[in-house]
Amino acid sequence: MPIHIIDRRLNPGGKSLENRQRFLRRAKSLVQGAVKKTSQERDIKDVLEGGEVTIPLDGMHEPRFRREGGTRDMVLPGNKKFIEGDYLQRSGQGSAKNSGPGEGDGEDAFRFVLSRDEFVDLFLDDLELPDLAKRKVAQTESEGIQRAGYTTSGSPANISVSRTVRRALARRIALKRPSKEEIEELEAAIEACTDDDERLVLLAQLEKLKAKSKRIPFIDPLDIRYRRFETVPKPVAQAVMFCLMDVSGSMSEHMKDLAKRFYMLLYVFLKRRYKHVDIVFIRHTDRAEEVDEQTFFYGPASGGTLVSSALQAMHEIVRERFNPSDWNIYAAQASDGDNSYSDGELTGLLLTDKILPVCQFFAYLEVGESGGSAFDLSDSSLWTLYERLRNSGAPLSMRKVSERSEIFPVFHDLFQRRDTAQEKAAP
Amino acid sequence: MTERLFEGADWDFHTLQRITDACETVAMKDLGLDVYPNQIEVITAEQMLDAYSSVGMPLFYKHWSFGKQFAYHEASYRKGLMGLAYEIVINSSPCISYLMEENTATMQTLVIAHAAFGHNHFFKNNYLFKQWTDADGILDYLDFAKNYVMQCEERHGRIEVERTLDAAHALMSHGIDRYPGKKKLDLREEEKRAGRRRQHEEEVFNDLWRTVPKGASKTRSAISLERRRKLLGLPQENLLYFLEKSAPRLAPWQRELLRIVRHIAQYFYPQSQTKVMNEGTATYVHYRIMTQLHQQGRISDGNFLEFLGSHTNVVFQPEFDDPRFSGFNPYALGFAMMQDIERIVTSPSDEDREWFPDIAGKNDVMGVLRDVWANYRDESFIAQFLSPKLMRQLRMFHLHDDPEERAGIRVDAIHDERGFRRVRRELARQHDVGYIDANIEVVDVDLSGDRRLILHHHVIKGAQLNETDAKRVLQHLADLWTYDVSLIEVDANDKVLREYVVSPRPITAAA
Repeated sequence: MPIHIIDRRLNPGGKSLENRQRFLRRAKSLVQGAVKKTSQERDIKDVLEGGEVTIPLDGMHEPRFRREGGTRDMVLPGNKKFIEGDYLQRSGQGSAKNSGPGEGDGEDAFRFVLSRDEFVDLFLDDLELPDLAKRKVAQTESEGIQRAGYTTSGSPANISVSRTVRRALARRIALKRPSKEEIEELEAAIEACTDDDERLVLLAQLEKLKAKSKRIPFIDPLDIRYRRFETVPKPVAQAVMFCLMDVSGSMSEHMKDLAKRFYMLLYVFLKRRYKHVDIVFIRHTDRAEEVDEQTFFYGPASGGTLVSSALQAMHEIVRERFNPSDWNIYAAQASDGDNSYSDGELTGLLLTDKILPVCQFFAYLEVGESGGSAFDLSDSSLWTLYERLRNSGAPLSMRKVSERSEIFPVFHDLFQRRDTAQEKAAP
Repeated sequence: MTERLFEGADWDFHTLQRITDACETVAMKDLGLDVYPNQIEVITAEQMLDAYSSVGMPLFYKHWSFGKQFAYHEASYRKGLMGLAYEIVINSSPCISYLMEENTATMQTLVIAHAAFGHNHFFKNNYLFKQWTDADGILDYLDFAKNYVMQCEERHGRIEVERTLDAAHALMSHGIDRYPGKKKLDLREEEKRAGRRRQHEEEVFNDLWRTVPKGASKTRSAISLERRRKLLGLPQENLLYFLEKSAPRLAPWQRELLRIVRHIAQYFYPQSQTKVMNEGTATYVHYRIMTQLHQQGRISDGNFLEFLGSHTNVVFQPEFDDPRFSGFNPYALGFAMMQDIERIVTSPSDEDREWFPDIAGKNDVMGVLRDVWANYRDESFIAQFLSPKLMRQLRMFHLHDDPEERAGIRVDAIHDERGFRRVRRELARQHDVGYIDANIEVVDVDLSGDRRLILHHHVIKGAQLNETDAKRVLQHLADLWTYDVSLIEVDANDKVLREYVVSPRPITAAA
């Protein structure tokens, strides 16, 4: 009898993927709620990790006709001391199978693991980047070149030597073109030959071979192949994210933590939209400097506060390294709102003239001490300034935050479809 | 001395081939098994999880509930709550066995002997499988079902299809013919039939007919109840069949979906009735084959000990007061009974001669076993072959729990002379699906009135339906029937215990 043994391990996996997606789609609102709850509890870094969520089973229950109650009979193994006619206490030992009513009700929640992508997808599901549509045209502006097989015509610079020679070789073999060695061998034989008759025969042969080798060229124009290129539209798939933060003495650890969470979320979001995301950290007191992440969040600094210094620094970095036609530029500024009064004018000017025109998006996050809700914060100097700018039409997003749990809603607000966001933002 | 099949734990595909050949020799020559051609496939843990979520079948139509299964299994597997099976075997021809790649060489031998020969023989020879399943056609039919569901989704929308399938799944356990019908199911024919019907519809479609005014509908004089029931084939316990044939407003494709779900439920029906026998057979076969291979010197002592370790785990039966106890282990009970039959056939005691005059001392172990495997299901198998000796050995006893009884749970019978027959009868009954599933049937349709569908649940021993679930299932049923549905629970004396009435949900247009 024939027996087939088949190795299926290399078969493409993920056979259940579609069913799983259907399941998630069906349970979407439930899962989304669970994701929101879970993400509020965990560190932002772990947002990208996916993980286990629990949803109520109710919506996903598959009902069947089930019977319950009534008199029950059962046969069990392992009798030790019972004899016929004994009575057992219902809730006592010796009746392991006899749990009371409500048995099976324990599974009212359904736990399962979401992959990283699924988690983030659900998390960011109804968020939308501002002005994305506007930049869509710009995205396909640049064109790239891509190899696309071979062609029979083209510029000499694009001749594919290896392909051409390979084809020539195949043709020579197919047409039986005499090789150089063959001819040399025959010539040597003629040289060494003493018999005239034989010599004549060999000469004739040599003649024939030479003629044949002339008829069949080493490389025929037919053999030549050129490398073919195609132009493909290349989206601008890179973004740079500027993190601006006030690190003067008035910023507490708590405020920095809030800011950090906000930056990370922005990063997560950009990462999903763009292939390549650069981050530039600019911290400032009364002067600004570009620093690495560690210094940015944890490096000690002290001094006054000049916001314009940071904007100036950002403007210079953009000019030097990030051409706005190649990069999508995002900026997020976090501050406790302090700024010296004399700086207000300059800050406003820099922002409207230099920064905002090149930015896709500029968000300002005003962080406060924990305990004070966003309501209690009186408007700071920076907030007042930015608000004035926004009211005169500058595309700014701004929010006040003082608790960790407020980060997510804020983020959500900021990136909601533009129109609604603006309506909401207007106090 | 014969050459060893393998050394240590490693294996490759040549090893598998050698193992399968060796198993086959023992299975055919020594045990006289008769099997479908074997197809052995090696899969990864991930693929095993995939298989779990589509009830073990290699292909299945798409539905969210399988995704839920998958998510559930995956979560518990990752957390280490659940180990995966060593194999899955499919009742098809060729008989496909999936082996996990993690298994050691010994485990692969065990699994091949167990699935590719044990289960395979049972599938091919047991009367229930012969009667109800079409091993040649099942894979093609599943392929057809998958494509059909997909086409329906394209034509009628995913949500519509999902709704019909949800309803069909809820009624799946009552979509089974319990008694053999006129003809054997031919799944290949099914597939062709659906295609022909669709083609016919397309050929004869003429939009003009839609515009022809309809005459006044004929008023039919009230026909007698008896006649009406007869016309509708009532009473009918196969709810899906009834809906497929008689639901007034289902589209043809919906009927076909019900039919698919019904066929698949029917395909699995024998498996649920033969758990003890099926596993018992497979375990007995692997035990015989492994022992034989060891005796021939083809498996080393060390590997044989490894096998015994796994084997003992598989046939472990915790006692009722053990925290690990969760009912009878079908492997343990089945294997113990098969071995017991072997003992009765070869060296019977006087008691055995009295209880099993037909087989005691007959000496042809395999002949008797093959006959048993072919002609019984769990219920009849236990009722016939559970011996007093085994009942004593497992120390079985029968508990009767009547909620009315204040004194507690009564020990009705134990493993003694007075109790043997009662314990055996009760255990057999516990394995009777006809007894486990709720007995629900369509009894009438009020055709002249509001077209209400009337079902009865015949309550046995006071066990009524779980209320929330019953309402939900009835809701699905009403949605398919599109008129009111009522379910009446009656006891043995026709006393009405409870009545459910459910109206169909309005069909939301283009939901």
